Amino acid sequence: MKLELQNNRDFWAGMMLIGLGAAAMFIARDYRFGSALRMGPGFFPTMLGGILIVFGLCIMATGLRSKEKFQGRLSLRALIMLPLSLILFGFLMERAGFIPALVVLVFVAAASEKGFKVLEVLLIALILTVASTAVFIWGLGLPYPLIKGF
Amino acid sequence: MELFHNLIFGFSVSLSLQNLLYCFIGCLVGTLIGVLPGIGPMATIAMLLPLTYNVPPVAALIMLAGIYYGAMYGGSTTSILVNLPGETASVITCLDGYQMARQGRAGVALTIAALGSFIAGSICTLIIALFGPPLANMALKFGAPEYFSLMLMGLVAAAVLAHGDMMKSLAMVVVGLLLGIVGSDVAYGVKRFCFGFFELTDGIGFVVIAVGLFALGEIISNLSDPEERVVFTSKVGSLYPTLADLKQSLAPILRGTALGAFFGVLPGTTPAIASFGSYIVERKVAKDPSRFGHGAIEGVAGPEAANNADAQCKFIPMLTLGIPASGVMALMLGALMIHGIQPGPTVMTQRPELFWGLIASMWVGNLMLVVLNLPLIRIWVGLLKVPYRILFPAIMVFAAIGIYSTNNTSFDVYLAAIFGILGITWRMLECSPIPMMLGFVLGPMIEENLRRALQVSDGDPTVFLTRPISLTFIIFTILLLILMVLPSVRKRRDDFTG
Repeated sequence: MKLELQNNRDFWAGMMLIGLGAAAMFIARDYRFGSALRMGPGFFPTMLGGILIVFGLCIMATGLRSKEKFQGRLSLRALIMLPLSLILFGFLMERAGFIPALVVLVFVAAASEKGFKVLEVLLIALILTVASTAVFIWGLGLPYPLIKGF
Repeated sequence: MELFHNLIFGFSVSLSLQNLLYCFIGCLVGTLIGVLPGIGPMATIAMLLPLTYNVPPVAALIMLAGIYYGAMYGGSTTSILVNLPGETASVITCLDGYQMARQGRAGVALTIAALGSFIAGSICTLIIALFGPPLANMALKFGAPEYFSLMLMGLVAAAVLAHGDMMKSLAMVVVGLLLGIVGSDVAYGVKRFCFGFFELTDGIGFVVIAVGLFALGEIISNLSDPEERVVFTSKVGSLYPTLADLKQSLAPILRGTALGAFFGVLPGTTPAIASFGSYIVERKVAKDPSRFGHGAIEGVAGPEAANNADAQCKFIPMLTLGIPASGVMALMLGALMIHGIQPGPTVMTQRPELFWGLIASMWVGNLMLVVLNLPLIRIWVGLLKVPYRILFPAIMVFAAIGIYSTNNTSFDVYLAAIFGILGITWRMLECSPIPMMLGFVLGPMIEENLRRALQVSDGDPTVFLTRPISLTFIIFTILLLILMVLPSVRKRRDDFTG
């Protein structure tokens, strides 16, 4: 019998928790631990990190026993494009202005779906940009330049 | 009569023009997202939170609450008309509601659902008004050890009673506590887990984490698993129930309300559990159980009352104790904190307009929903046909602007993108982000109360067991944990929530 760890869901859930717990404990070494009477800044995170590691080990053990697999599908395209669209939005907000940031956001986000149609997305981008400029910039008075340099 | 005095005061607050307007917007937006596929109250409340920075906290909370129960309402509309539950709470309504629609009684089902929700809402307004003040007064006497134990019980109960693997939920609460203490330490000012980013000094933004996990995460998972929506609209028919219909519905509505109110104050239970419970009860007490599933009006009346009662009573622990009993309530607590209000029993004495105004607004909002929705049903049904590929870019725009406008910094937007990826990873691992959110909100408070409790007791950890109220909470916490490990209870819980 081969141990199939790469799609063992709970094994990885346990790993994730142990990783987080260990990282928390490791980083918290730099903060004073103190004592129960005078809890230092390191006390609580170290404690939580320890608890996480214990939970992680238990969940990992469950995973090894039950061999539950990953379920559901994951669209890699959406996983990459959607966060990317946000990052581009943030980047452009500071360098190019509100309108370019929004247009790029809509295009990149829309590209995360398979049925991407350029004309339709263009129309959506246009409507959303006009609507959000009206609501957020003119209506609520958010102080962002529409296009930098203009 | 202090109760009536307080309620009248509440109504005077909630009936002011501004608050009425925000209540209306909340109900409208709530119904909208209840009807629309693929966007829930969590994501919406998180995204709209930044828009409320400049309005008074009462108005903000009134609107956010409106979104919450409005969504519940919109969800039942689509359950009845097209057999698609807009929210998980209305899954049960599909069973008999849709059958009624197929028999040409959609209008009656909608009216009964509306009436049931309204009656449940009215009763729960009274329940909150009755039980809120004594609860808050009791909690005012709590010291740090009591608070710590209470929060511990709240978090454990939320994790244990929630749907999904109990151990993972508990672990996710701890992850949330850890994320919650990122930033300057309250007592010493030490910057913890900031990795050199000054933007993290004040902690991870509440909106950042909520929008990242719930809006972005939701869209990624919806796009990964596209749902085929085939919409068959039934004829709405007459909206007016007959006298017999009303008679048949009254008892189920009352039973549903009682059940919903009970489940409502328990942390971790979702409105779906209350409505499911009500459906089971109605089928049990019915003279002819075989009618259920074939358009029994009790199967609409009971569950609809139950889920509304549950949603509303979730506000009791949030407003009086500062304990979030569900993900949405964690967002509400976050909204309070963003407005500079320390949640807890002092809210009622220091901000009475907030407490009573919000409660009264729920009654007003429920009334608005009845008046607003029945005539507008055709518009809502039309919205069902909006394809997701048009919807999600709009959600992204709202999310992005919402996050950016909180602190006017791109850093928050990048961080939200990371949380979106984290959220989808957690979903794949079946680690629910909701318990994490509860921990995140309570993180700093738990640490502070733990620190103070141990200071009072000279570092003796038995302080939690020697003070009677604290001991009670600890015993309940342990009982909950033991109960859930028992195989028989565990199995029944899985049947019930799964």
